[in-house]
Amino acid sequence: MDLVVPIIMTLIPAATPILLAALGELVAEKSGVLNLGVEGMMLTGAVVTAAVMLITGNVWLAILCAALAAATASLIFGFLTLSLSANQVATGLALTILGTGFSSLFGQPFTGKAVPLFRSPFPPELATHPFWSVIFGYSPLVYFSLFMVVAVWWFLQRSRPGLVLRAVGESDISAHSIGYSVIGVRYMAVAFGGAMAGVAGACYPLMLTPQWVERLTSGRGWIALALVVFAAWRPFRLLAGAYLFGLVMTLEVYAKASGGGFRILPSEAWAALPYLATILVLVLISMRRSGSTSAPACLGKPFVPTT
Amino acid sequence: MQTINRRTALKIGGAAAALPLLGGPAFAQVDKVRAAFVLIGTPDDNGWNHGHDRGRQEMLAALGEDKVETTLVTNVAEGPDSERVFRELAQQGHHIIFATSFGFGDYVLRVAPQFPDTKFEWATGYATAPNVAIYNAKFHEGRAVIGTIAGHMSQSGIGAYIGSFPIPEVFMGANAFHLAARKVNPDFITKVVYVDSWFDPAKEADQARALIDQGVDVITQHTDGPAALQVAEERGIVGGFGQGADMSAFAPNAHLTSIIDIWGPYYTKAVKSVLDGNWTNGSSWEGLASGEVLIGPYNPKIPADVVAAAEAVRLGIIDGSIHPFAGPIADTNGNVLAEAGDIIDDGEFWASEAWYAEGMEV
Repeated sequence: MDLVVPIIMTLIPAATPILLAALGELVAEKSGVLNLGVEGMMLTGAVVTAAVMLITGNVWLAILCAALAAATASLIFGFLTLSLSANQVATGLALTILGTGFSSLFGQPFTGKAVPLFRSPFPPELATHPFWSVIFGYSPLVYFSLFMVVAVWWFLQRSRPGLVLRAVGESDISAHSIGYSVIGVRYMAVAFGGAMAGVAGACYPLMLTPQWVERLTSGRGWIALALVVFAAWRPFRLLAGAYLFGLVMTLEVYAKASGGGFRILPSEAWAALPYLATILVLVLISMRRSGSTSAPACLGKPFVPTT
Repeated sequence: MQTINRRTALKIGGAAAALPLLGGPAFAQVDKVRAAFVLIGTPDDNGWNHGHDRGRQEMLAALGEDKVETTLVTNVAEGPDSERVFRELAQQGHHIIFATSFGFGDYVLRVAPQFPDTKFEWATGYATAPNVAIYNAKFHEGRAVIGTIAGHMSQSGIGAYIGSFPIPEVFMGANAFHLAARKVNPDFITKVVYVDSWFDPAKEADQARALIDQGVDVITQHTDGPAALQVAEERGIVGGFGQGADMSAFAPNAHLTSIIDIWGPYYTKAVKSVLDGNWTNGSSWEGLASGEVLIGPYNPKIPADVVAAAEAVRLGIIDGSIHPFAGPIADTNGNVLAEAGDIIDDGEFWASEAWYAEGMEV
């Protein structure tokens, strides 16, 4: 039981970048754009964060620059897929490759230098309290991610612009015919997705591994993509899914460290668990919704207005 | 090509070294050597690749620019692409090509027969060919020194070894660390965990957090980055150790000392043998004694008697009076692997299944 607080304290930060990136991707996909470049945009955000922190030491500026840089990268993707109607899958993969290469090149002068941690904003009596740290002990990025879950939910379900965005994703031709700019809405959704992936990338140097090194995110962007499907495009289910993933990843490391009853599975099996969980949930979702999926109807399809 | 383990490698190496005495030099002398170095990453990684590039520079300084010129190829993936790189370097007329990562081996062995006059050197490899030599370093000797420090410094008596994969090089290092710590503290426990990657900083950091939450206060890692050390610093535990290079910049308090890889002397020797025309396809596996493995500066917080104990182990390994795998050694199942007075030869690890000494938790 002593381990419950430490496990929660490890799983929530581990899940936060996945949650942030997946929220951004959720909004982009709701508008009908499938952007597979999440991993590349996260790397871009991570390297820019480390660079700005090492040069200026201003954490807010670093997060802002990370969001702007990743949004810029996503707009390259947006231009190719929205204005030029390029294939979204291929362009998204290219964006990941671009982001990986750009971050390696740009990050060379900053590689392996220690970045100061972005710590809990609460007073130390609360932030390091043996029990209350479970609520107050996190980096502001964690609280930001929770705020964004509510904000994205409110935007999509309760606001008029959110309704337009969903309309664009469900039936681009209808939205177009009543006068909404499909391409314009999608550009904004893609840029938002990019900015969120950038902040997700910022979590690595600021919270999880205080440094920049090549390929720092090690494939977490792909988990974020899977999570959007896992959550059936719903923000609160996304939150639950992200923490479930975080829990499985965290149990893996605690199981290996305990040497006790957790040892029923070899370490490779623990490492595979998050992915097995994804497949399992996808199967369950598709079984229950026999036939229909909750994916936006226009997801991945280019919009070319005829009039 | 022949597949060999470390033990026969030494015999073969010895036989190869004797060849010139019997039959004259196998290769002609060269006035100026062109040497190529193929790296899996970039020299600024602070670890493995950094060490190889520094070795290249030391070799250049030792032999002089008029005797040798070097080509450095970075970020070469361990795959078919590397085969193209090796072929191109050989075609360009490089006399000797260093493949500095384990996974380049298959491609080196494929290209080498097509260029019999080019010498290839495969780091941490396991097979030679007429023009392919292998070289490695006895990192586990350094592990015995840091294990001694861990045994003295740990207050909980629980240490951890974060490994990449359960391959011989890693589990022999874990055993060396644990056996040395047990000599100091007979109840010392080492938790061995594998993160299934050479490089996944977020996972290494989470793993370190999980270990610390379960009572570990000394962490050493056998992966390529300082992520675990940074967590040790953040959590304020007794400490950890740098791997491959001095990593004190990441964890000024927690960084107790480091194991530093020094490839310069070997590169100097290999290139010089090409200059002199007496290169052989040998198998080099040196450690503390010849300076391929160094122990970095000790953290000032380590008490003087602990530094003295660590130095005694280091010097003992150098003069041969201490062996990292000296008996008695029993494994976790209670099987006696070596009686008191016996040793387990380092080379046996390369042919054996993974085993863990008594008191290790895997």
